[in-house]
Amino acid sequence: MAEAPLLEVKNLQVQFKTADGVVNAVNNVSFSVNRGETLGIVGESGSGKSVTSLSIMRLIPSPPGKIAGGQILFDGDNLVDFSESEMRKIRGNRISMIFQDPMTSLNPVLRIGRQMTESLQLHMGMTPKQARNRAIDLLSMVGIPAPDKRLDDFPHQFSGGMRQRVMIAMGLACNPELLIADEPTTALDVTIQAQILELLNRLKNETGTAIIFITHDLGVVAGMTDRVIVMYAGRVVEQASTNELFRNPRMPYTIGLLDSIPRLDGIQTRLTPIPGLPPDLLEKTNRCPFAPRCDFVQEQCWIETPSLRQVAPDHTAACLFDIDRDQRQVMAEKKIAEEEAALDAALEDVLAHEQAS
Amino acid sequence: MAVQNENLLDINGLKMHFPVKSNGLLRRTVGAVKAVDGLSFSVKRGETLGLVGESGCGKSTTGRAILQLHRPTAGTVNFDGKELTKLNGEAMRQMRRKVQIIFQDPYASLNPRMTVGDIVGEPIRVHNLRTGKEVRTRVEELLRVVGLNPYFINRYPHEFSGGQRQRIGIARALAVEPDFIVCDEPVSALDVSIQAQIINLLQDLQGQFGLTYLFIAHNLSVVKHISDRVAVMYLGKMVELAPSKQLYANPMHPYTQALLSAVPIPDPEVEKQRQRIILQGDVPSPLNPPSGCHFHTRCPIVIDKCKVEDPPFQDYGGGHFVACWRATESQEQMEKKLQ
Repeated sequence: MAEAPLLEVKNLQVQFKTADGVVNAVNNVSFSVNRGETLGIVGESGSGKSVTSLSIMRLIPSPPGKIAGGQILFDGDNLVDFSESEMRKIRGNRISMIFQDPMTSLNPVLRIGRQMTESLQLHMGMTPKQARNRAIDLLSMVGIPAPDKRLDDFPHQFSGGMRQRVMIAMGLACNPELLIADEPTTALDVTIQAQILELLNRLKNETGTAIIFITHDLGVVAGMTDRVIVMYAGRVVEQASTNELFRNPRMPYTIGLLDSIPRLDGIQTRLTPIPGLPPDLLEKTNRCPFAPRCDFVQEQCWIETPSLRQVAPDHTAACLFDIDRDQRQVMAEKKIAEEEAALDAALEDVLAHEQAS
Repeated sequence: MAVQNENLLDINGLKMHFPVKSNGLLRRTVGAVKAVDGLSFSVKRGETLGLVGESGCGKSTTGRAILQLHRPTAGTVNFDGKELTKLNGEAMRQMRRKVQIIFQDPYASLNPRMTVGDIVGEPIRVHNLRTGKEVRTRVEELLRVVGLNPYFINRYPHEFSGGQRQRIGIARALAVEPDFIVCDEPVSALDVSIQAQIINLLQDLQGQFGLTYLFIAHNLSVVKHISDRVAVMYLGKMVELAPSKQLYANPMHPYTQALLSAVPIPDPEVEKQRQRIILQGDVPSPLNPPSGCHFHTRCPIVIDKCKVEDPPFQDYGGGHFVACWRATESQEQMEKKLQ
C-alpha cells in the first residue's frame, strides 16, 4: 500500500466578503502532496493559488476571508479545526513558507540574526547560543559568505537574491516537512533566479522536504516539479505529473497557456494567445469558468461546471470533452483559412463591383 | 527624393550619469551613478531592436535618454537626420510627435482622472492633428486599431484590466502617428495569457504602420520572439549585439551565455538535459563599477587582461558585435569550465 500523503486538501472552499459581494477565491479544491515530493501550482493572478497556500498556513485574514468548507489534512490532522495556538506550533516548524517579495517579508528594523533565531528558540527549544550557531550553519548552507558577520546585518544591507536566500534559510530552520514557496523567484533577475532554483533543488535533495511551488512561470515548473496542478478561477482545472502535463495537456486553458508563451528554443513567428479576459470571481455561474475564452466551447459548457475527471493514468482534467493540443492547431489553421476565404470573397465582391461600374 | 538613410536612429557614445550629492550643507557632488556608460548602436528603419539585461543595467535609462526624457550627459542621438540632444523648446516638441514610448506599468502610466477619450485625444489636440469633432472620431478609430471597443471612450482607466490598459497606452502612443516607439517592458506586468495578445498586437501594428521599435525587456524569450536584432546590456554597457537568431544560436559574450542558460524552458525533458551556467554573486553597484571589463568580477572565464583593460565593442562578422577579450574562444572555454 502506498504511504499516506503528507498533505491532503479536500474540497477546500475559501470566500472573501467584499463590498461588491462574496468572492469565491477558492472553489472545491482538492489535491495532495506526498513526502519529499515537489508539487507545482500554476495559475495567473486571481486564480486562487496564493489563497490556497495561505489557507494551508491558516493565514487568511479573517474577516473578510474565511475557509467556508473542506479539510486540510496534514499528516492526518485537520488544520481547519486547529486553534490559533495549535497552528503556531505548526507554522515555521513543520510547515514553513517563503514569500514572493524578499523586500517586504523581512522585518526591516531587526537584525537578520534576531529574525532567524526566533523560530529556533521557540520551536526547537534552543538556547540563544545554540540558535545562533544553527543560524550560522543555515546561512552558509544557502551560500551566504561570512555568515557569522552577516548575521548582525539588517535586511537592507542584503541584495534581493541574498534576502531570498535568508528567507529560504529561515524557512528551513526547523527542518519542516513541508515548504510552501509562493513565487519565490518572481521578483528576481534571471541569473539570480537560476541561483535560487539550484539552491532549492540541492536543499530538497539534502533534506527531503516536500515543496509546494507556486508560480505563474511554466518554465520554472518544468524544471522544478514532479507533479503540477493548474488553477483557473479558483478551481483546479488540470492535474498530472509534470512530464505528462507538458507532453499531453488536456484542458483547453493549459493548452492555451503553453501555446501563448514564446520559447527560447522555439521558432514560432506568431503566438496563439488566449482570447478575452480572466474571469470575474464575483459572478456565480454554473458554467465552465473557462467557457467564454475557450476555442472548443460547446453548448454543454454553458450549463454545466465540469469537475475533474480521469483522462489518462494519473492525469485529471476539468473539461467535458476530450480535447488535446493537436486539435487546437487544426482549429487555428481552420480559422485562418476561413478568414482568408472571407477576405477573398470580399475582394471578389469589390472587383465585381468595379467591373460592373 | 533623397535616398533615405537605412538607419532611423544612430546613437554614438551615449552616456547618462546621475550625480550623487553629499548629505552635507554644500550638497557637493561626490560621485555619479553611471547608469548608461558609452553606448553606440543604431536602429534600422522598420526593425525591432530588443534590449535585454537585468534590473539596474541601464536599459530603461537608455530608452529615456534617447527620447530626451533624461538629457544625456554625453553622446549624440541622431534621429532621422536630426540631432535630438541639441533640440530645445518648439523643435523638441515637434520631434516628440515622431518618437513615443509605451510604459511598463499600465496602472501608473494613465491619469486616473481622465477618461480614455481624453487620454488618447490629448496628444492629438496638443499637436493639432485634428480639430473639433474629428478628434473623437480619430480616438474611436485608434481604440478599434488596438482592439478596444470604441464604446469605452468615456470610461476611466480603473474600469479596465491590465491588458486593456496597456492597449490604451498603445493607442495613446499611436495617436500622433510616430515613426519610432520605445516599448519599455510593455508586457512584464501582464498575465501570461494576456502577454501574447499584446505581443501580437504590437507586431500587427508594426506591419500596419511601418513602425520601428526599441523593445526593452528582461524576459529573453519574449525579446527573442519579437526582435530582429537583440542587444544585451550589463552595468551600463552593451556587451553584445547581433541579429536575433545569431545571438541565441551563437552567443559570444560569457554574460549572454549565462543569461540564456538561466532562462527556464517550459519543457521538462529539455530542462533535465540542460546545463546551466550559474553566475556567482550579484551585479556590482553602478556607483563604483569594476575596473576593466565590468563583467570580470562574475565571469567564469576571466583572464588578467579583463581586470585592467575594457574590451572594445567590435564587429566579429555579420553585424555581430561583442565586447569581450575572449569572444572567439568563449564558448569553448565555457564548455571546459562546465565539465
